[in-house]
Amino acid sequence: MESKHTVSVLVDNEPGVLARVIGLISGRGYNIESLTVAEVDAEAHISRITFVTLGNETTINKMISQLQKLVPVKKAINITLDKQGIEREMALVKVVATGEKRVESLRLSDAFRAKVIDTTHDSFVFELNGSPVKIDAFIDLMTPLGLSEISRTGVVAIARGSEKL
Amino acid sequence: MVSAQLTGAEMVLQAFEDHKVDTLFGYPGGAVLPIYDELAKGKNSIHHYLVRHEQGAAHAAEGYARSSGKVGVLLVTSGPGVTNAVTGLADAMMDSIPLVCISGQVPSHLIGTDAFQECDAVGITRPCTKHNWLVKDINDLSRILHEAFYVAASGRPGPVLIDIPKDIQFQTGTYIGPETIKHKSYRPKLKASIDNINEALKLIVKAQKPIFYTGGGVINSGNAAVQLLREFVRLTGFPITSTLQGLGAFPGDDDQFIGMLGMHGTYEANMAMHDCDLLINVGARFDDRITGKVDEFSPNSKKIHIDIDPSSINKTIDVDVALVGDVAHVLEDTIKLWKSNVYKTDKPAVKSWWSMIDKWKEKDSLGFNDSKTTIKPQFAIQRLYELTKEKDTYVTTEVGQHQMWAAQFYKFNKPNRWITSGGLGTMGFGLPAAIGAQVAHRDKLVIDIAGEASILMCIQEMSTAIQHKLPVKIFIINNQYMGMVRQWQELLHDKRYSHSYTDALPDFVKLAEAYGAKGIRVQKPSELDKGIQEMIDYDGPVIFDCVVDENENVYPMIPSGKAHNEMLLGDENEDSEISDEGKVLV
Repeated sequence: MESKHTVSVLVDNEPGVLARVIGLISGRGYNIESLTVAEVDAEAHISRITFVTLGNETTINKMISQLQKLVPVKKAINITLDKQGIEREMALVKVVATGEKRVESLRLSDAFRAKVIDTTHDSFVFELNGSPVKIDAFIDLMTPLGLSEISRTGVVAIARGSEKL
Repeated sequence: MVSAQLTGAEMVLQAFEDHKVDTLFGYPGGAVLPIYDELAKGKNSIHHYLVRHEQGAAHAAEGYARSSGKVGVLLVTSGPGVTNAVTGLADAMMDSIPLVCISGQVPSHLIGTDAFQECDAVGITRPCTKHNWLVKDINDLSRILHEAFYVAASGRPGPVLIDIPKDIQFQTGTYIGPETIKHKSYRPKLKASIDNINEALKLIVKAQKPIFYTGGGVINSGNAAVQLLREFVRLTGFPITSTLQGLGAFPGDDDQFIGMLGMHGTYEANMAMHDCDLLINVGARFDDRITGKVDEFSPNSKKIHIDIDPSSINKTIDVDVALVGDVAHVLEDTIKLWKSNVYKTDKPAVKSWWSMIDKWKEKDSLGFNDSKTTIKPQFAIQRLYELTKEKDTYVTTEVGQHQMWAAQFYKFNKPNRWITSGGLGTMGFGLPAAIGAQVAHRDKLVIDIAGEASILMCIQEMSTAIQHKLPVKIFIINNQYMGMVRQWQELLHDKRYSHSYTDALPDFVKLAEAYGAKGIRVQKPSELDKGIQEMIDYDGPVIFDCVVDENENVYPMIPSGKAHNEMLLGDENEDSEISDEGKVLV
């Protein structure tokens, strides 16, 4: 059964490493639904790439072993499967509305614990953190209320417990 | 030398010396002039072989590497220099051949401006190299050079590329010797877990219908692996088959060897693969030419897989025991445990398995109807084999029917003697690869078994052979068709031979003479031996135009989308229907 999997990859932060990882994924016919990357160890120059992809367990395992073959890849794991990981995403959502719709959007944002980070007389920009599912739900609710623009970071993920990747 | 102040160009040559590189294939151009200038200064012992096209440089480096077990090195310029080399890099990637390609790049400040002869070399070669580097700082160069040789040759070998902007080649920086450089993270695993080996041994002891299926990984692992494989196969008494790339790891004329397997493998090898109860894969990768229809591949067997590349495990075929490691290391531990536990095989069962295999052998699947009037291509290769087998001959091939006949009818008793483009299937490979093999083995007989279509793809390298006095022999199986294309059109497209006939072929004898080589043409079976002998005896490059029966096909054949036990054995059973699903396969 195909489902979403979140994969975390630790890589040497060297030029071209992101292109190498992404190129391998697309070159072997997989799709990426979201992607985040940043250096996580400045001293050792290690970056963490997290991406969400669609597939069954076997194809994701194959993808991971292909990734592990890349020279600058130190580790790659399927957070969704291996560790029951925690996934978080941030979104900035712009809603353009006046009157009752504007009030309603503010009320709902409160229920989602979203922050208002910019406002004019006819617009809000909300900042929202949470699981991708929560962000999807928020966007659904904002759609009839004047949703105008969305920017999402993509998923970052980490495993529960004391164990280290 | 631990460190010194050198220019970038000097560093490249110093690194070659430190890594014992004495042979270089290349073609100069604007962006590599500083390195070529260093070569001209003659302060080093590097022999540079000027090719006529960068694809030739890459294939020559492959032929050199495959025949010698060393890393092949090539030097090309920016832009078209590197794009021309791409086919060779992709070929080396597929067949796991260690290459280091140095490419020149436009100066750093011009990168990204669409400068003359600029291309994104690392971008273009990223998917067809094991790793690549763009050098941005002169002080990174020596580390990158040493890492490149390490990455190319260790683990599953492969091609790497270092792209060096011209300004970096001129700059002076600190060169650090290889002894102090260690790659920060790449450490391929060489030894498999002992528990897994024990598990494999349990399967081997119990096996009633076992088979060894060996591949290019044995050759890549080196001579120790070859000797250990031979020892273990003899200890067990099991039958052994090999992929195209693995030929020569086990003696081709040995009784335990049952021929190549796969699409054009022998009947006995493929039937044994289908019916076995234990399959021991040593350094092969379950390629689609081998497996045929995946869901009907060796359906009743337990599978052991020895491979240094963890991503090969369960990639297309699920296995029961995975031994991730270098073939030599794994076999060494395996044999040790076998001996210390005084293991025995199930001799009576294996004996009756052999009698089954002997029955299949009786089919004589490589048999062909010989002719007194026209030369059959199979006969040509048989004669070539008979007349050269006493010499330590190196054989390269192009790609197509002739390649398969060479694999079927030329028997290899030693590793590294057979050099062919398997994974990528690159027409034009054979001549430059033969040049590379001849460079590595100056006094040996090197033959490129070619087709008349393939040979034209890199024919310009004749000039290289002449210039460097490399007496390669090009044995063209000339049937005037792209034979393998025609064979598929016959089987799959109702004999509509769309553009697979080569009209206006050159006169190969005159072509040879134009280059300054010898040309020989033979059209009658009765004159074949004399012609071949003349070719062998000639001290210089020869193009041998062997005019053969136009209509022969390669058999046996597992048609696309079929299982191992559904082989075609000859033209008479061509009516076997190929499904639409099979037709889309290549």
